[in-house]
Amino acid sequence: MEIKALQEKSKLYRRNILKYIYNAKAGHTGGSLSVIDILNVLYNRIMNVSPENFDSNLRDRYVQSKGHCVEALYVVLADKGFFPEEDLLTLCKYQSPYIGHPTKKIRGIEQNTGGLGHGLSICCGNALMAKKDKSPVRVFTILGDGEMAEGSNWEAFMFAAHYKLDNLCAILDYNKLQITAPNAEVMGLEPLDKKLEAFGWAVRQIDGNDIEALTQTLESLPFEQGKPSFVIAHTTKGKGISYMENVLKWHHGVPTAEQYEMALTELN
Amino acid sequence: MNYTINKANLEVFSETLQSLAEQDSDIYVVTSDSRGSGKLVPYGQRFPEQIVEIGIAEQNLVGIAAGIASMGKKAFAVSPACFLTARALEQIKNDVCYSDNPVKLIGISAGVSYGALGSTHHSLHDYAVLRAINNITIVSPSDNFETEQTIRQAAEMTSPVYIRFGKKNMPDSLSGEAGRDFKIGKGRIIKEGKDLTFIATGEAVLPCAKAAEVLEKEHGISCTVVSMHTIKPLDSTLILNIAANGKPIITVEEHSVNGGLGEAVASLLFQNGSRNPFKIVGLPDDHTVSGSQVEIFEHYGISEKGLTNTVLTLTKS
Ligand SMILES: Cc1ncc(C[n+]2csc(CCOP(=O)(O)OP(=O)(O)O)c2C)c(N)n1
Repeated sequence: MEIKALQEKSKLYRRNILKYIYNAKAGHTGGSLSVIDILNVLYNRIMNVSPENFDSNLRDRYVQSKGHCVEALYVVLADKGFFPEEDLLTLCKYQSPYIGHPTKKIRGIEQNTGGLGHGLSICCGNALMAKKDKSPVRVFTILGDGEMAEGSNWEAFMFAAHYKLDNLCAILDYNKLQITAPNAEVMGLEPLDKKLEAFGWAVRQIDGNDIEALTQTLESLPFEQGKPSFVIAHTTKGKGISYMENVLKWHHGVPTAEQYEMALTELN
Repeated sequence: MNYTINKANLEVFSETLQSLAEQDSDIYVVTSDSRGSGKLVPYGQRFPEQIVEIGIAEQNLVGIAAGIASMGKKAFAVSPACFLTARALEQIKNDVCYSDNPVKLIGISAGVSYGALGSTHHSLHDYAVLRAINNITIVSPSDNFETEQTIRQAAEMTSPVYIRFGKKNMPDSLSGEAGRDFKIGKGRIIKEGKDLTFIATGEAVLPCAKAAEVLEKEHGISCTVVSMHTIKPLDSTLILNIAANGKPIITVEEHSVNGGLGEAVASLLFQNGSRNPFKIVGLPDDHTVSGSQVEIFEHYGISEKGLTNTVLTLTKS
């Protein structure tokens, strides 16, 4: 998909994220809006995965480590045709399979996540086997900045470099906020690029809400032969809705009717 | 029964901690980006020197709390029950229990409180895994009164304790003004009856109290309701006393039917020769249905209606 079309998709996805969160009266709004451009580029431009090849072992793998932002993933998968979009009207309702975290009950979702700090390890296992099988499969995950405090991530950082998993790409949705406070106050990550480089990863920093930058960067994978790739994607929590941007309470805030209308107007 | 629905036990926990910290500079709260979900923002504002933020790193949370406790402080490690007791289980087993560091582990939004967020966020395993670990007390308060008492008594405990509660508004005191006796390790009778007994814990006590009223009014069945807030050590004296009448016993918990309160009571009864009609009500060993906590409770019969039906079936046969 071309850049212009991708940019239009992002607008559509943002509208849909809000629509289904508003309808469910639940969801992780801020982090879904920050991560959506990354998911858009991955699914519509970079990854070899679709409803048609989802049963093939040769599909690329995506595991959403920051599982709470499942609304962004649901919206993209629906658009790709994995399931009818109107299913999302049952989000978080009694007996609906569309719960508030990624679940394999939904076609298109690879792993059940929601506990933070699990995705990268699973991806390491995927990537190592793809190497052993000399398979073209590439493996992707998206992490949250708060999530980076989980020790399991750092165990996986060591592993991926040790096994030279250059078919693995981890992307940090670096929106600078978590639940309690800014990431820098809760448990600072900086200097992150130096830490990851010291762990043996090839690192790039980009504007993670810029479709063009995302496309260029993800099209140049692996950044270095023999090394896993890490994208520090600087994003804005609540991106696209002025009153949500960089405001802590929109981590899992649900808009009122009035706020919802306002948001839709901003997106048009 | 005479009670009014008041606040979430979570709220009472936070208020109690603040009142303790006013007098006691040894109180330390340790959080893993869980200050908001633990209702601890006011605590943090009032006692910024007595709160330690770990970030989203539950294993580190428990290890650090063990280190704080071993320096003679009263460490309350606060995190959602699901992550605290699964992610950090080895730290609980080794650094808290085995090394005997008297940490107070506070599992918030326990059971299925997180509703439609799904199984990653549910804790239906915590009684089971912790019951199998030596040197830990397990408490699950049912109402605001029990919560406050539990926190006050836990602050003075010199051995490890796990306290879990949900976030739904609960009664101030299920036994009204009467029965304001509370001791960790001693079950609390919140209603006396003669035909059968509910032994329940945590937020599952309230539906038992409601079912007991319906059973009495509409079916003439009079029930005893026990809040078995302490799951370990279990109040065996009370349970065996109750069982002596030979009447049915129903245990009710917001936990898997495997390894929780029900199996603890069953084991006690069987090994002491009691053969009362017996039923364990909890979450079955299955994918948990999606929905809110209330919907999940109703789905599995942890509700006024479900428990009434369970009793009618049990007493008919
Ligand atoms: C193991 C674990 N601990 C705690 C949580 C609760 N939790 C869900 S989201 C979140 C904050 C995540 O912050 P961040 O990774 O920065 O995500 P984002 O800001 O992109 O939403 C927390 C603490 C969890 N889901 N898993």
